[in-house]
Amino acid sequence: MKYVDEFRDGKLARGLAAAIATEAAPACRYSFMEFCGGHTHAISRYGVTDLLPANVRMVHGPGCPVCVLPIGRVDMAIELALEHGVILCTYGDCLRVPASDGLSLMKAKARGGDVRMVYSSADALKIAQDNPGRQVVFFAIGFETTTPPTAVVIRQAAALGLENFSVLCCHVLTPSAISNILESPGVRELGTVPLDGFIGPAHVSTVIGYAPYEFFAEEFRKPVVIAGFEPLDVMQAILMLVRQVNQGRAEVENEFSRAVSRDGNLKAQNLVSEIFELRREFEWRGLGLVPYSALKIRREYARFDAETRFPLGYRSVADNKACECGAILRGVKRPQDCKLFGTVCTPENPIGSCMVSSEGACAAHYTYGRYKDAR
Amino acid sequence: MCLAIPARVAEILEGDQAIVDLGGVRKDVSLALLDDVNIGDYVIVHVGYALQKLDPEEAEKTLALFAEMGTQV
Amino acid sequence: MTKVRENYVRPLDLKQGRVDMTHGSGGRAMAQLIEELFAKHLDNEFLRQGNDGSVLPPLTLGGRLVMSCDGHVVSPLFFPGGDIGCLSVHGTVNDVAVMGAKPLYLAASFILEEGLPLADLAKIVESMAKAAKEAGVAVVTGDTKVVEAGKADGVFISTTGVGVLPDGVALSGDRARPGDVILLSGTIGDHGMAIMAQRESLGFSAPIVSDTAALHGLIEAMLATGADIRCLRDPTRGGLATTLNEIARQSGVGMMLDEAAIPVNPEVAAACEFLGLDPLYVANEGKLIAIVAEGDADKVLAAMRTHPQGARAVRIGRVHEDAHHFVQMTTGFGGRRIVDWLTGEQLPRIC
Repeated sequence: MKYVDEFRDGKLARGLAAAIATEAAPACRYSFMEFCGGHTHAISRYGVTDLLPANVRMVHGPGCPVCVLPIGRVDMAIELALEHGVILCTYGDCLRVPASDGLSLMKAKARGGDVRMVYSSADALKIAQDNPGRQVVFFAIGFETTTPPTAVVIRQAAALGLENFSVLCCHVLTPSAISNILESPGVRELGTVPLDGFIGPAHVSTVIGYAPYEFFAEEFRKPVVIAGFEPLDVMQAILMLVRQVNQGRAEVENEFSRAVSRDGNLKAQNLVSEIFELRREFEWRGLGLVPYSALKIRREYARFDAETRFPLGYRSVADNKACECGAILRGVKRPQDCKLFGTVCTPENPIGSCMVSSEGACAAHYTYGRYKDAR
Repeated sequence: MCLAIPARVAEILEGDQAIVDLGGVRKDVSLALLDDVNIGDYVIVHVGYALQKLDPEEAEKTLALFAEMGTQV
Repeated sequence: MTKVRENYVRPLDLKQGRVDMTHGSGGRAMAQLIEELFAKHLDNEFLRQGNDGSVLPPLTLGGRLVMSCDGHVVSPLFFPGGDIGCLSVHGTVNDVAVMGAKPLYLAASFILEEGLPLADLAKIVESMAKAAKEAGVAVVTGDTKVVEAGKADGVFISTTGVGVLPDGVALSGDRARPGDVILLSGTIGDHGMAIMAQRESLGFSAPIVSDTAALHGLIEAMLATGADIRCLRDPTRGGLATTLNEIARQSGVGMMLDEAAIPVNPEVAAACEFLGLDPLYVANEGKLIAIVAEGDADKVLAAMRTHPQGARAVRIGRVHEDAHHFVQMTTGFGGRRIVDWLTGEQLPRIC
C-alpha cells in the first residue's frame, strides 16, 4: 500500500528512536499529549512507547468521538429507534457504546429497534430514499474530519426535498477541547500535570488546516506538532516536540505536510459553516460541559435536525463516581491508577468513557499494553 | 479518531463520485469535498469521502527526513 | 385418446421453482425434494438404506470415535471461493481432523427459508457433495425443515461429523508447554474479508477468495512425521488472535508472536485498512495452527510445506511461561503489544 507501508518501516523507526534518545536531555522529563485516539491506537498497536526513552512519556488525550459521546446522546438515539420507530443509521463504532438502563444501540436492535450500521453518511441518505414511508435518522458523531460528509448529505437531502431524513448531530470540535484540558475548572480541581506539548491530529487538519492551533500555541506557550497516524509520523512528531522544548520554542509545526496546509480544505469548511453553527456548550463524557465545543444544525436546515423534528429531551447521565476518566483524559492519572480499571471496567463491560472504544486511553492500555503492569 | 487512508483515484464517475484503489482493493468514494481531482491522484479517504489530495513530493520529503534523522545519530 | 400416466409426478422445477412450505411438510413434496435433490447428489450406500438413521460398519482398526458439530449461517450464501454447501462440509471435517482423527461420516440438517430458489439449493447441495467426496466423507443421514419467509436467511446448514482417532494420538488445547513452537499453515483473514467484500453496503470490491478447504490431508501429512504435536486448531471465528488466546488459557501459558512472520495477502491487508479491522481477528476456514515441541518444529514445518494447503506455512512464535496467559507480539515496527481476545464483534470502524 503506497504511502502507508513506507510509514511503518521498522528500520527507519530504529533510526528515529536513536535520534529521540540522543536529543532528549537526560535530566529532563518530557510529557506530551497525543490528543487523538487514532494516535493512541497507533502508539499501542505498533508498540511505539517501547521505542521511546524512559523520560519521554505519552499522555493519551480525549480525542475519540465515541469515548467523549455522553450517555445522554446515545439515549436519545435509542429513544428514536425504540419509541419513534425510525430507521436509526450510525457508524459501526457507536453500536456498542453503553447507554442508560443497560442498553446500547446494538441491544436496542435486539429489542426490535431498526438500527442499521452504515459505512458512510451517503448510505444513510440512500436508505431514506429507498424507504420513503419511514423516518430515517443519521446519528452523526465525529470531529472536524467526519463533519463535512454529514454536511454533504444534509445539503443533498435539501436539494432532493427529502421529507423523511434527519440528523442527530453530535459533531464536536478539536481545538476547543484541547484548550479545555489546560484551563477548565476540572483542571483546578484535579490538579494538572505539566504537559510539555501536543501532537495534533492530521486528519482533522486536512479539513481545518493547522492555523487554528497557532493561537493555542501562543496563548498557552505549548508546542504543537500536527502529525499523521502511521507510527513513523508519530515518532517524528515526538522528535520535533523534543526539539521545540529543548530550544524553548512553542510553535505549530506540520509533520503531515503531505496533506495538511495552513488553511486546510476551504470547500469543506464553507460547506460545514453553511449547514452548522456553534453550540453554546456541549457535554463531553469525562470532561463535562465544554463551551463552544460542538456544532448544531442551522435554523435554515432545521427540518433535517432530528432534535427539532422529534420531541427529544437531553438528559445528562453522570458517570460512576469511582471512575477516573476525567483525570485520565487530562493526563493527571494513568489508566492503571483507576481502581475500576481491569476489574469491573473492561472493554467487554466499559464503565467509563476511556474504556468504550478501542481508541480510548484505558481500552488501548488494556487491549495492548497491560503486560507492562504485570508482575 | 478519524480513520483515513491514502488511496489512488482509479476512475472518475458521474455525480462527484470516483473509484479509488488501495493495494488492489477498489472502493466507491465521493469527491464532493474536493475540486480538481484527476485520475492517478492520491486522496485521503475518510467514511467514503475524499478529504484532501496527497502531495507526493511532500511525502517523499518526509520519508527522506525520517531516513536522515536515523543516519545523524 | 391420450394415455393417462399413472402416478405421474412433475419433476422439481430446478430452473424457476422455489422452496415452499410443502417441502417441509413430510408429504410427497418433501419426499420428492429429498429424492431428486439431496439423495441424488449426496448418494452413498448408507443414504440408500432410506431409514431414519444409518447403520455404520464396525471400526475394524481400533481407535476411538471423535464427534463434532457446527452450524453454518453465512450471508451471502455464495461467495468467491465457495458457498455455504462446501463450507458446511469443510467446517465440520476440520473440527474432527484437528483432533487428530480421520473424518468418516457427516450428518446434515437443513433449515430452508420459504422462497429460496431451488436452483440455489441444488447448487449448494452439489457443492456439498463435491466437498464431501474430496474429503472422503459420506453424508449418511440428514433432515430438512422449511420455515416461513423472513424467519431464516435462505438456508442454514448444521453438520455433525464423526471420525476415528487412531490409538496413541492425543491432541488437545491444554498441552502447550513453554518452549513449544507455534506454526501457522498460511495467510490469515481471507475468508472473513472475502465475505465482507460481498456486502454491498460497504461499497468496495476486492479480488479476495475465501480459503475454505478441508484440512484433513494436511493434518495427515503432519501426523505422519511422528512428531510431538501438542495441539492443532483451525482459527475460524475470532481469527488467529482468539484461537491462540483459547489455547494459552487452556494450557495456562503465554505466547510471543512475531508480527512480521504472519502472512497476510495484500488485498486482505488493504481491505482491513479501509474498514479499520485487524486481520488477526478475521475468520479463516482453511487454515490451522499447530503447537509443536521445539525439537520437532522443523520436521513438521517441512511436512506442511510439501502439502498444497501448507505451502505458505510459517513459524510465527513461541510458547512461554506466563501466569497471566497473555498472548503478546513483537510488532513489525519494533515494539511490543498484547494480542487480546476479540471484544464484541468485529465491526467496521470510522475512528
